[in-house]
Order: sequence, then structure tokens, then C-alpha cells
Amino acid sequence: MLLSETTNPGGVFSLVPWIVFFPVIGLLINLLFGKRLGEKFIGTVASLASGAAFAVSAALFFALQANHGHPVVVPFLEWIHIGDLAIDWAFRVDTLSVTMMLVVSGIGTLIHIYAAGYMHYDVQYKEDPASYVRFFIYLNLFIAMMMILISGDNYLMLFVGWEGVGLCSFLLIGFWFNRSPDGTPGTGNSYAAKKAFIANRVGDFGFLMAIFTTFWVTHSLQFDEVFHHFEEGLVPEWAIWAIALFMLLGVTGKSAQIPLYVWLPDAMAGPTPVSALIHAATMVTAGVYLITRSAPVFSAIPEVQGVVATIGAVTALFAATIAVGQFDIKKVLAYSTVSQLGFMVAAVGMGAYAAGMFHLVTHAFFKALLFLGSGSVILAVERGHHPIGEDAHGHDHHDDHHGHDDHGHAFDPQDMRNMGGLRHKIPWTFWTYMMGTLALAGIPIWAGFFSKDEILTDALHFSLPIYIILTLAAFLTAFYMGRQVWLVFFGEPRSHGAEAAKESPRAMLIPLVVLAALSVLGGFMNFPTTHQFGHWLEYTLGHFYHATQFNANVALGSTAFALAAIYLSWLVYGQKPRQTVKEADPLEKALPGIFEGMQAKWWLDDIYEEAIIKPYQRLAAFLADVVDWRFWHDWFHERVLRDGFFGLTRFLANPVDLGVIDGIANGLARAAQGSAAALSILQTGFVRNYALWVFVGVVLILGTLIFR
Amino acid sequence: MTPDLIVFLALGLVAVGAAVGMLLSRNAVYSALFLILNFATMAVFYLVLGAPFIAMVQVTVYAGAIMVLFLFVIMLLGAEHLERHTSVDWQKPVAVLLGLGLLGMVGYLLVSGQVTLGTITTPEQGYGSPLEIGRALFTEYLLPFEITSVLLLAAMVGAIVITRRDAPNRKKR
Amino acid sequence: MVPVEYYVGLSAILFTLGVVGVLTRRNAIIIFMSIELMLNSANLLFVAFARTFEALNGQIFVFFVMTVAAAEVAVGLALIVAVFRSKSSINIDDVNSLRG
Repeated sequence: MLLSETTNPGGVFSLVPWIVFFPVIGLLINLLFGKRLGEKFIGTVASLASGAAFAVSAALFFALQANHGHPVVVPFLEWIHIGDLAIDWAFRVDTLSVTMMLVVSGIGTLIHIYAAGYMHYDVQYKEDPASYVRFFIYLNLFIAMMMILISGDNYLMLFVGWEGVGLCSFLLIGFWFNRSPDGTPGTGNSYAAKKAFIANRVGDFGFLMAIFTTFWVTHSLQFDEVFHHFEEGLVPEWAIWAIALFMLLGVTGKSAQIPLYVWLPDAMAGPTPVSALIHAATMVTAGVYLITRSAPVFSAIPEVQGVVATIGAVTALFAATIAVGQFDIKKVLAYSTVSQLGFMVAAVGMGAYAAGMFHLVTHAFFKALLFLGSGSVILAVERGHHPIGEDAHGHDHHDDHHGHDDHGHAFDPQDMRNMGGLRHKIPWTFWTYMMGTLALAGIPIWAGFFSKDEILTDALHFSLPIYIILTLAAFLTAFYMGRQVWLVFFGEPRSHGAEAAKESPRAMLIPLVVLAALSVLGGFMNFPTTHQFGHWLEYTLGHFYHATQFNANVALGSTAFALAAIYLSWLVYGQKPRQTVKEADPLEKALPGIFEGMQAKWWLDDIYEEAIIKPYQRLAAFLADVVDWRFWHDWFHERVLRDGFFGLTRFLANPVDLGVIDGIANGLARAAQGSAAALSILQTGFVRNYALWVFVGVVLILGTLIFR
Repeated sequence: MTPDLIVFLALGLVAVGAAVGMLLSRNAVYSALFLILNFATMAVFYLVLGAPFIAMVQVTVYAGAIMVLFLFVIMLLGAEHLERHTSVDWQKPVAVLLGLGLLGMVGYLLVSGQVTLGTITTPEQGYGSPLEIGRALFTEYLLPFEITSVLLLAAMVGAIVITRRDAPNRKKR
Repeated sequence: MVPVEYYVGLSAILFTLGVVGVLTRRNAIIIFMSIELMLNSANLLFVAFARTFEALNGQIFVFFVMTVAAAEVAVGLALIVAVFRSKSSINIDDVNSLRG
């Protein structure tokens, strides 16, 4: 039912439901007609749906500017009204949500375009062309869900989107559900999807508890009403702690922070556009968005902020160290994403909401770029290794689709050791990738420099240890990105695939170029002297916003660290490039134990395996074998219920049924028999005798009538 | 003793005597003849009671047709005599006792005056004449009258079917 | 005038004689004749009361009773003939196959 009594915000703002409708329309078209239409049509529809959402977001952006940044709530549906629980489906248009909308739909559209090209090859390598349309249905569904997440006016709507993107993440990680991450048939991808889903469940449990507690304390889930309670100090301290920490648990799940980050690297099992869109640019930043949105909650107690900032900072450093030890090009980027999300969480934890959001936006640019670039690299190597139809080398591998490298192992086009010297083979990809690398490394004028610098400056004001941790993480960031670039693009090709690598089609390169431009220029939207982005967010954040003063020392220091790290990486990897695939990593010799740890992800997955999963499985086995099977089934069901029931039935059947019930029935029968035999004497068979009895009756009745 | 009463008593005695005779006769033919006598006295009673048409029908249909049919059947079957048969011993005395009880009760009713009955008056001219009976039958009682014709037809058909020797359902025996 | 009670008494006597006949005689034809006697006693009452109440209906009813009696006699005698054919007897006590 449409709300009729609410004020119509009018004009452009009433368009806001279309940010959800357009992707839904796109997915419906593809769902209903996609099977019959070609790949071009499917890709175009999906991209247009996302692009239309971007157009609406842009229109909302300008409308909001014209509205001087005042938030607008557009009611849409009455949703849940039970008792004093009143939750409406309402869209919130303010500077924060519009920023997120622009990022999601803008980058989403670029990635749709990119995916239209990328998936064309991917479905052929996976030998399942029919899945092409499925991919874009999921992708559009994700855009719709993400839009619900960021445009909701209450925590429950946010939660709907939160779960929706979790679902899409699950579906897309497990997109090639019948294969393993290395492309061979298996269940690895499904396992990764399951892992992501379960890790997120843990986080979602926290988020749900936060929502429940919020409603318990404030009797509302609507943002303005909830925050009013917090700002007026009407919420008891324990509740703030509970809500903030539960919410933080949700954030660690969705935004891949310690301790729940483990799912994100495995999520690279999904197709690369998914990694770019969901697991780098948009969905994983939902946690950052949540904290920013809930600024009044987290800012209420400084200690809470400390907890959040510490978790973010530790994650940033921890993940950065792991990224150094990875050989999978996407795994490096995955841990980099975890690390950068740590930066953002640390920033919003410190109260530097604008800095966190700023980094979110720039990170969305350059990390999407890097992932798309890595996808282009992977595809180039794969096409070089095993061309589809268009290349003379194809006949070598007709029998075995995935082919083998020279050493007899399954060829992994994502392994950086198989690459090398790609800068000449795929120049467009190389140059755009460089833009992303420099932005991530934090080299001045590139976008990452400004946003990271702002976070570091705030960290210095907030707490020195966190500043040091983050600086170290930034140093490692530059180092592992340098390592990656040297390994992938420089040196000599180390495999047949890298040798014959081919540049990707234009549909993939255009988004790369656009994102490269954004990665270079994105930083200027919050240039340290003007703080336009910050002021833009100030309309929403209010007094939680503070402009971060440019600190020349911090900027120079971080730049120096970044340059030093890149130089160091050149010393290790660039100066004397790796020659063969099998060769050990130079760091392995220099830092034997440490590199091993980095490569093994500090054994955290193994620790989880041993400490949580194995005991959990043992508990499950115990519950299944002992509690369920032996106790419930064997003992309770079989012994108590079944045998008891049998005993009861035997009792009921023999003494009760045969004795009592049958006794009654037989007794009745025998009584009837006896009385019948007795009465049968009366039936003489003589008609006159019967007539006599009739006459007796007549006389008796007449007699009673006369003499009564 | 009015002449009426003398006539009544005389006729009543004949009627009762004929009935008793019918009951006690060993020979069924005698019984039938006693019954015819009884019916004849009834016809006289009807005349006395101003029902000439009914008296006429009594004589022709009952005493004539029906009793002739009885005699015919008796002679056809040769069933004038029956050998003694073992039956329910107490049947006869009980039946007589009950009959006496019934008579006693009716007598008690009449003597005790619990019920008041009208007296018989002189009827108006033409009462009970065939003309009036016919008029009543063919106006007020037309439908029952026509139904009796169906009844008689059914009885005729029934009698034929029952006595038919080669009835299909008997052939099997 | 003869009071109507006399007729009632006569009718009762005849009826009782009919009943006793039905109950005591074994000859089916005589039982049948006793039934006719009972019908006649009832007819006598009808006519007597028709006279008493100056109503013609009683006589009409007697007419119908006679019709039904004629039909009954036809069917009844047919039954007796049929019984005699199967049992070679019209002793009503021989027809006792329903004896319990």
C-alpha cells in the first residue's frame, strides 16, 4: 500500500525507488528472455539497467545539491506495523547514501560492461555458455540489493540489503559451483561460497543482535529516531557497548576484518568481475558504510572507537603481510582488499568518517581497476595458453581443455609465477594496472595518496600505535604491489601462456581506462585545502565530521615509505627477475620463516580449521552419532518410544483388548444369543399362535383404555 | 317389548346362533352354509336400519358371490374334513378366555354408561335409497370409487397369478 | 325403538365369535370365513351408527368394505389354493416352516 499521507518530497527525489527498480527490471528481462537472446543483448540489458540506476543516482546527486544537502526521506511502502514497531519501506537520500549510490551504480555499470566482454571468454573456458545470462541476472540482483542496503531509512531495510548482497555474494562466488578455483572439476568453488556464507552468517548474527538491542532500547529502527536517542544520551552505556560491538561483529563479517576475514580471499573463486564489484569495491565496504551511518552509536563511547580502530589497523597490517607471500594474482589483491578495508574501518573507528568514506570511494576506483586489470591479465594468459577458435595454437590442447604447462602441472593462469614480461603483450592492461598500483601504493597525486594520507593524519592524532601500524601496512602495501607488478609485467615470459598472451577486447579495456582516470584524479575531490568531499558528507554527518588538516610530515613520510617500498621490491624482484616457474621466491631465502608464514596466511586458516572447524565437526559428529543416533534414535526412539509403545500395544492388545473389550463384545453377543434362543420358543411357526398374541395385545390395550 | 325389539332379538339370536354353528361345525360346508344364514340375517338388519341398498349388496355379493366362491373352493380342494393335529395345546382355552374378556369389557362399557350413544330415530323419506347412495358415490366419493375398480382389477390379476400352475418361478422346483 | 347399544352388543358378540374362530379353528377356509364374520360385525355397526347420526357416509363406507372384502376373498382363496398345492393340506398349522 502506498503511503498517501506523507509529504511528497517531489520532483527528482521521487525517482529514488528506481535505483532498485531498474536493476530488477534488467534481471527480469534477462531472466525471462535471456535464454533466447544473444550474449550482446544480455550484456547490454544488464549494463543499461545498471547505467539507468547510475543516471538516477546522478540525478539525485544534483537534486541534493540543489537542496543544499538536506536529507530527504522518500516513503514508499508501509512495511511492518506491529505494536509500537513501525517500520516503513522508505528511501533515505542524503549525501552519504548518494555517495554510495554513485559508487555502486557507477562502478557497477563499468564492471557490467567489462563483464560482458570477460564472461564471453569465461563461459567458453568453463564450457557452459548458458551460464552467461545467469551471471548478469545475479549481477543485477546484486546492484538492486546493494541499493536497498545503502538507501534504506532504517536498520531493517539495511539488513534486508545486507542479507541480499550476502546471498548474491554466495551465488557469485559459487558461480562455477561444479569447479575448483583452479578451473578443474570439483567442489572447491562451492566450498568457498559456503565459507563466505557461513562467515557472513556469524557476522549477520552480530548485526541482528545489534538491531534487536537497538529496538529494545530505542523502540525504533528508523535512523533519525535511533540516533536521536543516542545523541540525547538516553541509551545506557551497556546498550551502547552491546550495540556497537555486535554491529562491529557484523562489520567484521561483511567487511572482512579480523577475525572473520578468512572468507574474502577464498571468495576469489568467483569470476573476476565479481571480485572487482562485490569483493573489492562495493559489498565489502558495506561495513564501513554501516559504521559511518551509525556514527552516533560508535562515537558515543571513545573506548568503542578504540576497539574498532584497533581491529581495523591490525587487520590492515596483518592482511598486508599475507599479501606479500601470495603467488595468485587475485589472492594478492584479495588480501590487499582486506588490508585496505582495515584502513577504512580504522578510519571510521577513529571517528574520521569522512576520511574513511573518502578512502572507500578511491579504493573502489583503484581496487576495481586492479581486479579488472588482473582479470584482463588472467584472460590474456589463458587465451595465450589455450586460444578459443581464433588461434593456431589451439590444436595442441584440443583433447585436454585446460591443458598442462611444461612441468606437467595443471596450468594456473592466475599464478604470477606463470606470468612475466606482459607489459609488451598487453600494453593497455599494463598501463591501466600501473595507475591502480600507484594509487594503491599511495604515490602523490594518485587517488590513494590523498585518502590514505588523510587516514594516517587522523591516526596520528588519535593514537600513535595505530598510526605506526597503519604506516607499516601502507609500506607493505606498496611493497606487495611492487612485487606483483615486477612479477607480472616485467622480466621475461615464464610460460607458454604468458608468451602468447593477447590483449583483451575493447569492452574490457574501456572500463579499465575510465577507472584508471578516476584512480588518478579521484583524489582531487577531497583535496586537502578544499575538503569538498568532506563538506559534502558533513551535511549528513553533522558534528561528527571534522576536516583533517593536511600534515606535511605525514604526507612526506608516507610518500617516502611508499617509494622506499617500491624500490625495495625492485631490489628483490625487479633487479634480477625470476627466470623459471619453479624457482623459489627471493624473500624465501632472505626471510625463511617469515615468508613461509606469509605464504601460509600465518596458518590462520589452519588454526581456524583446527580450533573451530574440527572441534565443530567433532561436536557435530558427536551430536549426530552419540546424541542423535545413539541417544535419540537408538535409545530414546527405539528403546523408550518404540519398545515402550510395543509394550503398551501388547498390553492393550492382549489383556485389555482380548480380555476386556472382546469380553464385553462377546458377552453382549452371547447374551443376545441366549435371549434369542429363549425367545425363539415364542416363534412356534403357527400363524394362529401369532394371531393369539396379537389378540392378547388388543385386549390388553383395550383394557387399559377402559379401566385406567 | 316393542315389536322392534322382538324383531331385533329374534334376528340377533339367529345371527349369533348361525355364527356359533359356523364355529362348531366339523364340516366346512356346513360352516359355509351357517355363515350364509348369518349374512342373510345381516341383510335383514340392514333393511331394518334403513339401508336397502347395502342390504341388497349384502345378499348378492356376500351371501351370493363370495360364499359361493368359498363353497366352490372347499369342494375343489376336498377339504371338508381335517384330521386332528398336534398344535399348541393352550391355544383354544386362552382364545376363549380372551374372547370372553373382550366381551366383558364391551359389556361393561355399555352397562356402566361411560359412553353415551344416540338412539335410532325414524329416518326421513328416501334415506339410504340407491339413488342417494349413487349420488354420493359419483360426486363426493368419485375418486375412492374409481380406486376400488383398480383394487378389484389388482385382486383379480393377483388371484390369477397366484393360482397359476405353470408359473415361471415354480418351474424350477 | 331399539337402542343403538343393542346393536353394539350384537356386533361385539359376532366379532368375538369371529376372533375365537380365527384363533381356534385350524381349517384355513373356516378361519377365512371367521374373518368375514368379523368384517360383517363391523359393517353392522357402521350401518347402525349411520342410522343413528343420519349420515350416509357410514353406508358408503360399508360399500367400500364390501368391495375390499370381495378383493380380499379372491386373493385369499387363491392363496389357500396355492398353499394346498404345495402342502396338500389347508391345515393352517402345517404351514409352520418359520418355526424358530
